[in-house]
This record gives sequence, structure tokens and C-alpha cells, in this order.
Amino acid sequence: MIRQEQMQVVNQQQIATNIFELTLIGKQVLDMKQPGQFVHLRVSDQMEPLLRRPISISSIDKETLEFKMIYRADGRGTTLLSKKRPGDQVDVLGPLGNGFPIDKIEAGQTALLVGGGIGVPPLYELSKRLVEKGVKPIHVLGFQSKDVVFYEREFGQLGNTYIVTVDGSHGYKGFVTNVLENLEEDFAVYYSCGPTPMLSALEKMYPEKEGYLSFEERMGCGIGACFACVCETTEKTEADYVKVCSDGPVFESGVVRV
Amino acid sequence: MNRLAVELPGLSLKNPIMPASGCFGFGKEYAKLYNLSQLGAIMIKATTLETRLGNPTPRVAETPAGMLNAIGLQNPGLTKVMENELPWLEQYDVPIIANVAGTLMEDYVGVAKSISQAPNVHALELNISCPNVKQGGITFGTDPVVAEELTRAVKEVSSVPIYVKLSPNVTNVNEIAKAVEAGGADGITMINTLLGMRFDTKTGRPVIANVTGGLSGPAIKPVALRMVYEVAKQVSIPIIGMGGVSTIDDVIDFLSAGASAVAVGTANFVDPFICPNLIEQLPEKLDELGFKTVSELVGRSHRL
Repeated sequence: MIRQEQMQVVNQQQIATNIFELTLIGKQVLDMKQPGQFVHLRVSDQMEPLLRRPISISSIDKETLEFKMIYRADGRGTTLLSKKRPGDQVDVLGPLGNGFPIDKIEAGQTALLVGGGIGVPPLYELSKRLVEKGVKPIHVLGFQSKDVVFYEREFGQLGNTYIVTVDGSHGYKGFVTNVLENLEEDFAVYYSCGPTPMLSALEKMYPEKEGYLSFEERMGCGIGACFACVCETTEKTEADYVKVCSDGPVFESGVVRV
Repeated sequence: MNRLAVELPGLSLKNPIMPASGCFGFGKEYAKLYNLSQLGAIMIKATTLETRLGNPTPRVAETPAGMLNAIGLQNPGLTKVMENELPWLEQYDVPIIANVAGTLMEDYVGVAKSISQAPNVHALELNISCPNVKQGGITFGTDPVVAEELTRAVKEVSSVPIYVKLSPNVTNVNEIAKAVEAGGADGITMINTLLGMRFDTKTGRPVIANVTGGLSGPAIKPVALRMVYEVAKQVSIPIIGMGGVSTIDDVIDFLSAGASAVAVGTANFVDPFICPNLIEQLPEKLDELGFKTVSELVGRSHRL
């Protein structure tokens, strides 16, 4: 069920350059089902910025009714969000969208999780759920440079973690695909979130593998009504198009034309 | 007596609040959030003869107190709307206003003839004002002669009253309003979006893939109010007003300017519960202003 709720800020901390981790508390957490879902936030009650901001959920704790988001403050909206302090309220619409399916993989199998930049956060909740289920995750996480790398330790605690930076300032140098080309371990299913060129590269690399990709597109309403975030589809689905917000953001590999 | 009720050609509205076309899809998404029977009416997304996939993305861009969109009339086409969307909406006790669009005059006539026969479609809204398609749309809404001709052609085949949605992207909106009234329109809906642009300052490229888009949201309310106020003086058919409505005071302002009912667009994206919230707030606002009914309030600015 989708709710609109004034949720309270529990914690806000900067975890890398311009990268923030925000913890909110509220009943809506009980409705958060799948890793990879997102919330749509109003960062201010003023008329500017007017629209909500879609931000993915990075971890969920139903016992404490808290959830976390990791986001980059680079526009007006996310910069305002980064100013929120414990006790402040945030208008949250959610949970929205369809996340990563964890029923597609069984205990004892290995999952490959590939994240790029600000696409990394939803993979954290996914990895936790996979580990709970007895699945072994391998993480390959790409960032621009050392100063924007986050959650290396957190992912490391859940499974093998390869960090890649474009400039080589931390971990391997290059793109996630450079690490994947040399990956020796086999896996049953891959999951990914990040820039579209990265998702496209993964599809080409693993045409025979089952994969689930989380897409990003500019959104208006976040619930499927405005047709802003529409993507073209391939022959793999009967649908003429899909909406990232309400049909996705996670789609099986090959469904969205990239 | 229902003090919020409004009687318009083809439409017995329980209240004057309705979602605007293009901001509410065909209702399914909002039906998950609240009971659509609360609404005065629903203006469904523009329907064309054929399936349309719309424009490339990005299709939206935020602007100060507003947004630009260039969706491009994406819709499943007449057949699917008639077979799936409209029958699904029949479960709700709410009149549907079907927004009709096309490339050629024959397209409008074809869609209007069929869709006006759906049992829950109580009125049509002729979209002669969409700024985001290369042909049709706004080209019909900027020339009074063409607008009148199209209105007349659709009026002839429609089984229900027709409202014509006017574009603000004209030099003289009164001319167009009078032309569609002469063509037999039963009402006017106004305004559609204002053509605009936004640039990526770093690269100098337009943010919207279609280059230009339609501006909506609170930023355009003063323009919309002025146009409703002017047109209300020029025509004797009723007006459904829209353009940046997001608060109960906005609703009052449009009614005062001469609109008989009010549509809510962009505000649905900001607050998906905006329509039921405004309906709930309206009686209290009437009390505060000393009006017994909504109808008493309509056009009051012209009587001062």
C-alpha cells in the first residue's frame, strides 16, 4: 500500500563527498517489501522546488520502523534534503515501484551484484536479504574516484566486494566491466543498478544469464500517472512501453530497450 | 441540498473539483490512493485514434514553481480506451470528460463519435491546445476559423456536450473563445500549458528532448486567471478553469474569475491527495467567505 506520511529524521550524515545517508522513522516502513523500491520525497513545503524527488531505499529495519537512503546532494532538491536534521519532518510518498526479486535465486547459489555510483545504495538491502536467505553475494561497485566511495566495509561484511574507480584512486582502475571480465567465480543471477550504459554493458556481457536491472529516468508523479518516465521495450515483453516508476524501476534484463 | 453541486451541460457535478487531463492518466493509479467517486468529474488522458508512444525522454523538467512537460499525447488509442479504460472506470460514480486529440480534423471527429457513446462519458474536451505534438493539437487552437470549424464538425457527431480546451499561446484568447462558442461548443476549459524551455546551463542544451515543453504549475496561475476572467466576459457558455491550482484559495479565485468548476493538474504530482483534500476544505472556505453555495461564488469578481 502506498502512503503519504510525515516521517521524522532520525539521523543524517555525510558519508563521502556530497554523499549523504539519511535515516527516517515512520509506519510506512512496514509496507516496504522489496529491496530496490523507492520513495518520493518533498524536500520543502515551498513552491520551489515544486516536485518530489525519487530516492531509492538502501536499508529497511521493520523492528525500529526506520529506513535509510543514500543520495548525492547535487541539485537544489537534494541539497535542501541534506540540510534536514534529526527531528525535522519529511513528506514521504511510498513505498513505490517494484524492486529486485529475491525469489529467483535459491540458498547456496551465488548472486552477482553490480552497482555504479549513486546506483549502489539499493544493492545494500538486496545483499542483506540475499545473505539472510543463504545466497552468496559478490559485489562489484564502481565509483568515479576515491572521495565518493561509500559502504565498502558494509558490503565487505556481506560478501566479496570489488571496488572500482574510474581514475584508479581506490580499488581497481576503470569500469565495473573491467573487473567483471576477469571474474572467475560463476553466479546464478545478476542484479544491477547504475547508469544506463553500465546496465547495457552487463546485458551484452551476460546474454545467457538471468538478470534484474534497476533503471533511472526523470519522474513526475512517481506512481504511473504522468507518463514522464516511459521507456521503450523489446520483443521480450508484450507491452509497447514500460513506466520506470510503477512497472519498474527493476526490470528483467532485455525488457527495456537500452 | 448539496452546496458544492454544480450543473453544467452534460455534467451534474457533486462538487466543482476534478483532475485535469494528462495529470491523472485514466484514474487507475489514483484509485489505489482514494475512492474516485469523491471527485466532481475526471478528465481522462487525451485519446487519439491510434496508439501513441509519445516523445523521447526527458519529457519533464522542473522550473521555479512549475514544470515543463512534453509527453506528446502518449495513450493506448481509441479502441483500448473504449475496451479497457472506460469500462474499468464505470465502477465509480463519477462523470468522465473524455479529452479528444488528433492530427487531422477527421481524427477528432472519429474519436469523438465513438468515445461520446461510452456510457460514463458525459462530455468531451476537445484538445486543440497541446503544444507538444508536431501536427494537430495547438495548430487547431490558434486560428479562430479553424477552431470554429473543428468545433462544429465534432459537435455534429458527438452524443454528449463538448467543451473546447483553449491554449494560452495566442495573441487574443477571446477571439478563439468566441469562435468555438459560435461553432457550437457547450463549454470551454482553459488553460492548457504555456510553451516554454529550460536549458542545461553547463552545456547550453535544452533539457527537454522535444526542445520545448508546456509550462504548468503555480507559476502559470496569474496568466490562467487573467484569461478566465477575460473570456468569462466574452462568452455565455460555462468555463472549467485550470492552471496552477494547488490550494483552496486558488479554487476560490478561479470561481470568482468566472469559472463554474476547477480542474487540478500538476498539483496531483506534488500531492496525490490534492483533489479530495480541496473538496474537503471547500465548505469551510465557503463559510469563511459567507457564501452558501459554490454557484453563488461563480463570477463574483465581475459583479463587484
